[in-house]
Amino acid sequence: MAAFLGLFRRDLRLALRQGGEVGLVLGFFTLAVLLFPFGVGPEPELLDRIAGGIIWVAALLAAVLSLDRLFAADHADGGLDLIALSPLPLELSALAKIMAHWVTTGLPLTVISPLLALFVNLDPEGIPVLTLGLLLGTPALSLLGGIAAALTLGARRPGVLVSLVVLPLYLPPLIFGSGAVEASLTGDGAYAHLLLLGAVTLAALPLAPLATAAALRQALD
Amino acid sequence: MLSRFANPARFMRVSGAALPWFGAAAAAVLAVGLVWSLAIAPPDYQQGESVRIMFIHVPAAWMSLSVYLLVAMASAVALVWRHPLAEVAAQAAAPIGAAFTLICLATGSLWGRPMWGTWWVWDARLTSVLVLFFLYLGYIALVNAFDDRDRGARAGSLLALVGVVNLPIIKFSVDWWNTLHQPASVVKLGGPTIATSMLLPLLVMAVGFMLLFGWLLLLRMRTILNERKAEALRLYGQPANRRERAEALTGDAVARS
Amino acid sequence: MQGEFADTGELVGVDLACRRGGRLVFAGLDCRLPAGGALLLTGANGSGKSSLLRLMATLLPPAEGRLSWGGVPVMEDAPRYRAALHYVGHLEGTKPALSGREMLRFWAALHGEAPPAIDAALAAFGLETVADWPCRWLSAGQRRRLALARLVAAPAPIWLLDEPAAALDADGEARLVNAIAEHRAGGGRVALATHQPIAVSEAARIALDDFAASPDAALAAAW
Repeated sequence: MAAFLGLFRRDLRLALRQGGEVGLVLGFFTLAVLLFPFGVGPEPELLDRIAGGIIWVAALLAAVLSLDRLFAADHADGGLDLIALSPLPLELSALAKIMAHWVTTGLPLTVISPLLALFVNLDPEGIPVLTLGLLLGTPALSLLGGIAAALTLGARRPGVLVSLVVLPLYLPPLIFGSGAVEASLTGDGAYAHLLLLGAVTLAALPLAPLATAAALRQALD
Repeated sequence: MLSRFANPARFMRVSGAALPWFGAAAAAVLAVGLVWSLAIAPPDYQQGESVRIMFIHVPAAWMSLSVYLLVAMASAVALVWRHPLAEVAAQAAAPIGAAFTLICLATGSLWGRPMWGTWWVWDARLTSVLVLFFLYLGYIALVNAFDDRDRGARAGSLLALVGVVNLPIIKFSVDWWNTLHQPASVVKLGGPTIATSMLLPLLVMAVGFMLLFGWLLLLRMRTILNERKAEALRLYGQPANRRERAEALTGDAVARS
Repeated sequence: MQGEFADTGELVGVDLACRRGGRLVFAGLDCRLPAGGALLLTGANGSGKSSLLRLMATLLPPAEGRLSWGGVPVMEDAPRYRAALHYVGHLEGTKPALSGREMLRFWAALHGEAPPAIDAALAAFGLETVADWPCRWLSAGQRRRLALARLVAAPAPIWLLDEPAAALDADGEARLVNAIAEHRAGGGRVALATHQPIAVSEAARIALDDFAASPDAALAAAW
């Protein structure tokens, strides 16, 4: 238990101390969202129609970009060896790091999303569903992203490779999350979408650390 | 049974003998199937002659999914039992599966054009096949992204297993997404039912594709194993008795140069 | 033999072989590390000294052979074995933004539940004055001392050290030799790979070059 908390706290401390990593994620997220009005035109009705999708896609891209700091630093400086040698099972170590990653990536994205929703003219009715969806879905992004980040340790061009590997895995949260927002706007009720989103995260919670730890063991060689 | 083929030398012997048979069978079945589907089977009363693309599109879709399942199974065998040829089989099969996926996407696009006037339509099956294509691409890219070949193979095996577990979830979410955005129309490239006169040539084409896949798979596996043999000899063979060592390893006579 | 680790088992490796990057690095290697013992690994670059240490640390699976600790094969109770060892490799594992004290506390927490002897560890390697500096201010030698300090911060019977004296000055090396001697006196055991001569008394030697795979074996393994 001490090992789990120690690892979680260390990763949090590193993210907060090492020069604005949280800020970078939020900055990219904001920029990506703000590009869309320039791309598709600023008509309010059009933006309202696609707002949920814009914010979810931008959140996905911001999450993908943040994955490279999940395991790469520990792999490069020998910290991964020590984590693997801990009596704490590697699955739980991976989970601790993924949780710290979510607190410094998914959670800030969720918090800032209502503000960005204003820029893309999302109907105020949709904002609670958007935020709740991100809250339910961003842990899945961190969990699934962890698998991809671990698989690509030591590869050439890991950044591009991680995107290619992880984006098919990110489709279900994207579809359910943005579908929830759209459903709430058309009055159909977002309940089913949010349930599915929660189910994806709950399923990923035990399974993703298993795959991540297996991938980390491959990287130890 | 699998362990009988664990020895690469024995695999090379058996596959070398089997290869021409697979090739001949594939050519024969495909010839029959193509003639049947393109010339003999009746045109559809709704879609006319363009329905004949289905005879390539649908078997290609079946193959693209089956090959991915094969890659995943071979990866499981490689990771759990460390069968030496399982990884080779998975890596050999993946590009063939990706090619089937491309054929499916291209024929789907060609089929849809007369019907809906657009070159691409986001129907559930085509979209799922598109995602499957990216799963293949990710696997191939990952395997080839490492300088250490064994590391790439193991990473790819794990990714294939993760992919196959995710596949039903992705398929479900794509279907969900499709019904959300196209609630009214029955956009199904296969049509509501398939008559027997169409089903038989379809199955013949499917068998032909499977034989073709088998032939290509054996060919690619032999190529990969030959490449590895050459690399190993370059690294470890010494000039004096390289030939004897090579013959002992591979079981076939090395060409006297 | 007295000491806290005197009654822990013997580390025995039988017929160990190691494959890295598709290459068979060594084969048929036997080793034995009793309480209070030391194992000195020597060999040319690429002969497998680091690989053997990583194998003994269970970071690498052996291609062949068995490793056992106290008569029990290591993989049967891997957490217990890992809790009994310290591995200090080429890379220090220090984070630029954390201080030495924070690193030691983290490493000790990773290693087990026992409260760490941070001050004793810092003193053993002469790091008291720089303990609260962020690691990016430390020189390479100081970071290596910090990595070695964790050996003292969280006690464990088996020490696996890969080139521990690299980047150390004479004072650092003296402290290392001292720490090793005290550890062995308490029943602990050390396996270290080194190019430099380090004063380790009565150490069994393993020359990795003696266990290099023959070309035939290497060819068979690669194919």
